[in-house]
Amino acid sequence: MEAAVVFLPLLGAAIAGLLGRYIGDKGAYWLTCTLLVASALISWGLFYDIALMGNIRVVDIGSWMRVGDFDVAWALRMDQLTAVMLMVVTTVSAVVHVYSIGYMHHDPSIPRFFSYLSLFTFFMLILVTSDNLIQLFLGWEGVGLCSYLLIGFWYDRPSANAAAIKAFIVNRIGDFGFALGIFATFVLFDSIRFEEIFAAVPGQAAATFDFLGAEFPAITLICLLLFVGAMGKSAQLFLHTWLPDAMEGPTPVSALIHAATMVTAGVFMVCRLSPIFEYSETALAVVTIVGAATAFFAATVGLTQNDIKRVIAYSTCSQLGYMFFAAGVSAYSAAMFHLTTHAFFKALLFLGAGAVIHAMSDEQDMRKMGGIRTLIPVTYLFMWAGTFALMGVGLPIPGLSIGFAGFYSKDIVLEAAYGAHSAVGQFAFWAGILAAFMTAFYSCRLMFMTFHGNPRCDETTLAHVHESPKVMMLPLVVLVLGSLFAGAIGYNVFVGAGMADFWGESLLVLEGHDSIEAAHHVPAWVKGMPVAMAAGGFALAWLMYIGRPGMADRWARAFRPLYLLSYNKWYFDELYDRLFVRPAFIIGRGLWQSGDGAIIDGVGPDGIAAATQNLSRRASALQSGYVYHYAFAMLIGVVLFITGYIYVQAG
Amino acid sequence: MLAIGLGHYLTVAAVLFTLGLFGIFLNRKNVIIILMSIELMLLSVNVNLVAFSTHMQNLVGQVFAMFVLTVAAAEAAVGLAILVVYHRNRGSIEVDDINMMKG
Repeated sequence: MEAAVVFLPLLGAAIAGLLGRYIGDKGAYWLTCTLLVASALISWGLFYDIALMGNIRVVDIGSWMRVGDFDVAWALRMDQLTAVMLMVVTTVSAVVHVYSIGYMHHDPSIPRFFSYLSLFTFFMLILVTSDNLIQLFLGWEGVGLCSYLLIGFWYDRPSANAAAIKAFIVNRIGDFGFALGIFATFVLFDSIRFEEIFAAVPGQAAATFDFLGAEFPAITLICLLLFVGAMGKSAQLFLHTWLPDAMEGPTPVSALIHAATMVTAGVFMVCRLSPIFEYSETALAVVTIVGAATAFFAATVGLTQNDIKRVIAYSTCSQLGYMFFAAGVSAYSAAMFHLTTHAFFKALLFLGAGAVIHAMSDEQDMRKMGGIRTLIPVTYLFMWAGTFALMGVGLPIPGLSIGFAGFYSKDIVLEAAYGAHSAVGQFAFWAGILAAFMTAFYSCRLMFMTFHGNPRCDETTLAHVHESPKVMMLPLVVLVLGSLFAGAIGYNVFVGAGMADFWGESLLVLEGHDSIEAAHHVPAWVKGMPVAMAAGGFALAWLMYIGRPGMADRWARAFRPLYLLSYNKWYFDELYDRLFVRPAFIIGRGLWQSGDGAIIDGVGPDGIAAATQNLSRRASALQSGYVYHYAFAMLIGVVLFITGYIYVQAG
Repeated sequence: MLAIGLGHYLTVAAVLFTLGLFGIFLNRKNVIIILMSIELMLLSVNVNLVAFSTHMQNLVGQVFAMFVLTVAAAEAAVGLAILVVYHRNRGSIEVDDINMMKG
């Protein structure tokens, strides 16, 4: 059963990918969708068995490699953390698969798309079920590869290729840190198996690494290196630039990979390794600060973007920041809770945006939308469900709280940050509160610009606006239900009273780090703050885009430097372009022309070839073709031989 | 009275051989002349063989000379046959035209 969940998508990917031309478009999507839905159903069963019944286990599949002490096994670690991720990944993936049948309807290479999508799911499942760091790394790299392939799916668009390469390279930077972290772990613990590492961590808490004559605390170093990997994959500040560009891929890909699953791998990894992170205050503080800064930064950028998918992309980046600072204040369960609810409502928003784009004849610019709510009312409703879940709309009445999914998860994250009672926790709390306000604002701005006001598109597009086919809308119902109820259902077991029973030993929180417990006893104003912020953001957005339509432009002019800073994404792309890309081009050009061209080619292959050619041209000139020349040469030879013979005889 | 000895025979043979050699080198006109020059060189060798045979009272040299004559005759026949065919194909047997092996 466990193996089936993981390997059914691989089977689908292999058949759709290799035999796609024989089974055709229909065969490819029916097969992959069936297998994915089967996988999702099984993983729901597993969730019940593992997380609710508590049957945690490790399923050994086989040995991968064994070199001295270094022993890597293929194993599926089935604990509560894995069960939650399995459920999220397979459910969203199944939904996206079915949705893609409609969305990719006109595409010429459907089998390839579904093959990549299933392959991605397989690697993601390998990632979340892994029992050791190496298998985790395999899944990690595998999802990175599939992300690259899917961002560049429309390979005839130069911008898609550029975005794919950007995503790949930025992720390499993170993965480099991750790989170093794995090496350091092996050096320190002599093992890469989670069980053995976790058991050995308390004994190594004070260990240090000698490096370049300085001493570094080993655990902190390992955590920071691993966190660099998480930053890359989860698009945290400084390594976030690839995520908005990744929106060049098809929208289902954005929903599955760049919102619900792959980008949350970093959060999952930090939670999975909580028994290590718990022993390094420094690393946790760094995680908190980076997460909080990202949440704030990405929200500011989201305020002014005009591409509907980019707004949601920055929103994803921002919500990932929330998850990280939750993990940073040791509220791993809150991070996982937000990860789960976020997967549902963010996938819903993306797929809804996909339906809008589909309806608007592939238009993504919100400035050219507007006024289509009566034309596609179902999409409009679904989008509001996702938006309210993202904003965290709800009623924070003690004992009778009720609200959308994000209401529960975002609130517990913020409360945990407040409840941590540390300086970084306070920083995270206020950054999160500000980000919550901005989140509400840009989400509503997106809704108002897209659906309200007067239509700003041309006549033909407007005439074409239509509700998406059933195959696209029905899967969304699953996500809508998730956005509505996942928070209310999950609250108790994920972060509430049932928390300790639910998570068991899969998450470790040390004595004195128990921010979740503290989160339940924060002052009332802390509990009310996120909802107040959501309401404020909504009101402001309504005022600026519906109440007084000209207000947005006036504000943009009044705060022009701030507006430009946000609009240009804090100039990160330009900065990186100057700092890294162009110097790399210059160095590359130099090495290519002088190093490779002049020296290696000049002396090496080209030089030898030229010398050989020159020599052979001279040698071939000897071959005049005249018989008497050859005869003459023979004679000279005979004379030389005889002379030599006589000389030797005489001498 | 000058007695004609081995040295004279060898001198004649050497002169003949050299003539044949230069016949090959200096001839620019005709392949037949090359063939003739080769015959000349073979004959000079024959003179040497016979001269030494007499000088050393050994008949092997003369027998060998007979063989050389036979082979030379055969060679001339084959060579001329080749020339005929060559002329038929290329329309010329000028030495300067025969350079297909030029590199």
